[in-house]
Amino acid sequence: MIYLDNAATTFPKPIESIQYLNKFIKGIGGNPGRSGHKLSVDAARTIFNARDKLTSFINGKNSERLIFTQNGTESLNLAILGLLKEKNHIITTSLEHNSVMRPLTFLQKEKGIDITIIQCSSNGIIDVQKIKNAIRHNTRAVVINHGSNVVGVLQPIKEIKKIIGDIPIIVDACQTIGSVKIDLKNDNIDILCFSCHKSLYSVQGLGALYLKEGIELTPLKFGGTGSKSESIEHPEFMPDKYECGTPNTPGIASLLGGLAFIEKSGLDNIIKKKKSLRKLFIKLISEINGIIIYGSQESENSIPVISINIKNKLPSEVGYELNKKKIYVRVGLHCSPLAHQTIGTFPEGTVRIAPGYFTSEEDINILVEVIKNIAKK
Amino acid sequence: MQKNKNIYYLLFHTIHDVLKTEKLLKANGCDFELVPVPRNLSSDCGSCIMLKNNIEDVLEVIRKIEIDRCFLFDGKTYAAFIAPSGHIS
Repeated sequence: MIYLDNAATTFPKPIESIQYLNKFIKGIGGNPGRSGHKLSVDAARTIFNARDKLTSFINGKNSERLIFTQNGTESLNLAILGLLKEKNHIITTSLEHNSVMRPLTFLQKEKGIDITIIQCSSNGIIDVQKIKNAIRHNTRAVVINHGSNVVGVLQPIKEIKKIIGDIPIIVDACQTIGSVKIDLKNDNIDILCFSCHKSLYSVQGLGALYLKEGIELTPLKFGGTGSKSESIEHPEFMPDKYECGTPNTPGIASLLGGLAFIEKSGLDNIIKKKKSLRKLFIKLISEINGIIIYGSQESENSIPVISINIKNKLPSEVGYELNKKKIYVRVGLHCSPLAHQTIGTFPEGTVRIAPGYFTSEEDINILVEVIKNIAKK
Repeated sequence: MQKNKNIYYLLFHTIHDVLKTEKLLKANGCDFELVPVPRNLSSDCGSCIMLKNNIEDVLEVIRKIEIDRCFLFDGKTYAAFIAPSGHIS
């Protein structure tokens, strides 16, 4: 079996993720912050430690501004729905995932917001000047995909923030966190949204958002927090303002394991290995006739997410053939119709190859051989 | 009332702040205990910090953390406590 769908979720998970999850399920298991007994407090400590470590990982200033969510989609929904008010204007790009486009479209209909979609080139490159030109007096935010989940091209978020000045930037880092070094201070990010089950190696059902000091959102959810229980009004203090109900503490425990694995392996080594796998695949696949590779092929400016097609074959046919050989990739539109329109692959989509840290060079060699045979058919 | 019977309870807005306090106090070798919030002090479901006498030292260590409320228990009754340092108002 060769798993190459790491852009959807990483598999396998490092042993540390499983060990930390196991330790929580078997030995702790309490509901965090809801009681004064040991198991509840130990569960709260698990979350406290994960919040602390994850904040350090992205060079955040204050761990209470790191909010856990169900996934990257919920983080983006909280940022977008929580920030935008009626008649606001927002700038985004033609490479966004539906976790950005759908809440924006909802707000367009419900609150009359204006959306400017900056058209990227067919190889996934954005012209930063176009963003500057799109700014209006009522522009409330710029929301941008840091690394495309279709073509793996990285966007210059630091440069964009510089050009937009005080307008908040919402960065969708679902594909980049753990594959690119993210530094909130250096990159000057206002709101960072990401999932934890991809390259941070937690189990599924966990995401997070970091909110820079001074930015406040309208919460998405209201309910029990274990704090101010005498009041029927939701608390205003962090992190309870944006977190309520029983959290995914087992998932958060597995995230602690994932972060321990990254620390042990070294983020630089992980990034280096992923880049070399991308480079190897691009090199080998380029030698085969009848293959179209989408997006910029500069590995220095990309993450290990590569979209291809075989001429005269539907992506679904290719996926079917690969699946028969126990090679698992994702085909179709990847929840990003605009991105596929941008690269010219709408509505059929592409075959997406997403190697991960546990992919071997041998896996890539086998994949390329199998693709070569499918292309010959 | 004997001084050594005094017990202080520090209550925080969130469990996050309780655990942040715990981390700081441990790192600074302060003597304290994390205990369930006494029901007569708050309806909150969680935990608070219990101290015996070293209140001023502790308040200095955690000066950057916002304390919700502080109580002094003299063995019989709980009273709202305001530190001479003015940390808790």
